[in-house]
Amino acid sequence: MSVSEMFITLQGVLTADQDIREEIRKVVQTLEQTAREILTLLQGVHQGAGFQDIPKKCQKAREHFGTVRTQLASLKTKFPADQYYRFHEHWRFVLQRLVFLAAFVVYLETETLVTREAVTEILGSMILIHIATLVFTLVEADRERGFHLDIEDYLSGILTLASELSRLAVNSVTAGDYSRPLRISTFINELDSGFRLLNLKNDSLRKRYDGLKYDVKKIEEVVYDLSIRGLNKEAASDAGGEK
Amino acid sequence: MSSKEGSGGFRKRKHDNFPHGQRKDEKNNVNSSSSLMVSFKSFQLELDTRHDKYERLVKLSRDITIESKRTIFLLHRITSDPNGEEILNESEAKLEAVRQKIKQVAQELIGEDMYQFHRAISPGLQEYVEAVSFQYFIKTRSLISVKEINKQLIFTMEDEEEETNMPSSNPHDKQLYTWSLKVTPVDYLLGVADLTGELMRMCINSVGNGDIDTPFELSQFLRQIYDGFSYIGNTGPYEVSKKLYTLKQSLAKVENACYTLKVRGSEIPKHMLADVFSTKAEMIDREEGLS
Repeated sequence: MSVSEMFITLQGVLTADQDIREEIRKVVQTLEQTAREILTLLQGVHQGAGFQDIPKKCQKAREHFGTVRTQLASLKTKFPADQYYRFHEHWRFVLQRLVFLAAFVVYLETETLVTREAVTEILGSMILIHIATLVFTLVEADRERGFHLDIEDYLSGILTLASELSRLAVNSVTAGDYSRPLRISTFINELDSGFRLLNLKNDSLRKRYDGLKYDVKKIEEVVYDLSIRGLNKEAASDAGGEK
Repeated sequence: MSSKEGSGGFRKRKHDNFPHGQRKDEKNNVNSSSSLMVSFKSFQLELDTRHDKYERLVKLSRDITIESKRTIFLLHRITSDPNGEEILNESEAKLEAVRQKIKQVAQELIGEDMYQFHRAISPGLQEYVEAVSFQYFIKTRSLISVKEINKQLIFTMEDEEEETNMPSSNPHDKQLYTWSLKVTPVDYLLGVADLTGELMRMCINSVGNGDIDTPFELSQFLRQIYDGFSYIGNTGPYEVSKKLYTLKQSLAKVENACYTLKVRGSEIPKHMLADVFSTKAEMIDREEGLS
């Protein structure tokens, strides 16, 4: 094989790679569009009137996730299943955003943290959970492969949820709901202690995590303002009265 | 949680904002058994496992780089050493040692998506490509292909390793496993681009030793590689285009050396030619050191 032949082959490989990336970029763009639509929809909860029809908004958002599922299914067909990380960078950001949106919907519905399994379900069953091979296995098929949710992307999405909730705490006070910030505070504090368990490297996730303390601080301030004026007691008795 | 507890706990935390350790302890006691904490503990394990693997690979990659560099230095001695054969054998042994390291990398990557850890091992692989292709060039005066490099990176597991590294597999099971590591086209290209720098150095050295034919061979070979890279141009990744400039400089140095050789070769007697070029080589090396 002559040198020039070799380079022609290599050039072919590179072009094929570029083509795949181009295809991926196209699908990711549609995904980003859907994600923006869901976000716009959910932003409604921050408005005073929005607090009443949270369930309705969640319902609508869940319908949009149907579109996400089809788009992700099409994304999955654009590259070889065992080369997920080769193209990971392309959908990493939008996937984190979708995790956040899914987590936000789930939080608004149940006020709990969405599990990784639940996220993959919302985003479509084709996303297989990435299980770290803690037990050494030689057979590749033992491990679930293909389009999955990377743990770092999941955690990043959750961190976005934290800052969104700190904003929601502020806005719910404005809307006259004094009990929600207290519940959010409990939730974020638990999340914070969860993240404290992780030994993060000095990477992007670590930078995102460093922002969490400001969300915690913000919510603590809201709770402080409420409690110093006795508004939190009012909220508690209100909640008790309702029950 | 009642509102009383909530506000009390909150105030305490507010004061403890600075001594972080204390705050952490307090919190862990509160809810270490909740489902959220349980899942975060599993995340901790997963992330640690991943980071540990990454670090091990970085270390291996560094070892591969060092050993490959040493092999390249060894191979440079071939221009001045009459015992070419011996040096080639020694380099083969060294490269075999490097391949053992790569075998460990391949072992780490069994069942993993190689691209997940690609950044950790890429520098080592590039250096290995450089060393292997340099040796191959000295032997055959041609460029090694990706296929041939990858052919050497198919490993068979031996029984003893099976026992030490794979406690889960049955040692009586005589079945031999094979696995391989593939050098990616981009790593190959970057390795070859580095190779051209070595060839340039070799060219200057060989003139210094009075070898008249090698420089011309080298310049022709380098030109072929340069043409190849020009063909790829900017379609490749960013790193490839960046190396194109260095490659051009190396080629220019070799071409100038050939020019001098042609023009003044007839004027200067052979034993003096060596002197002319060894000062030239020094100058080039100094330039490299500065830049």
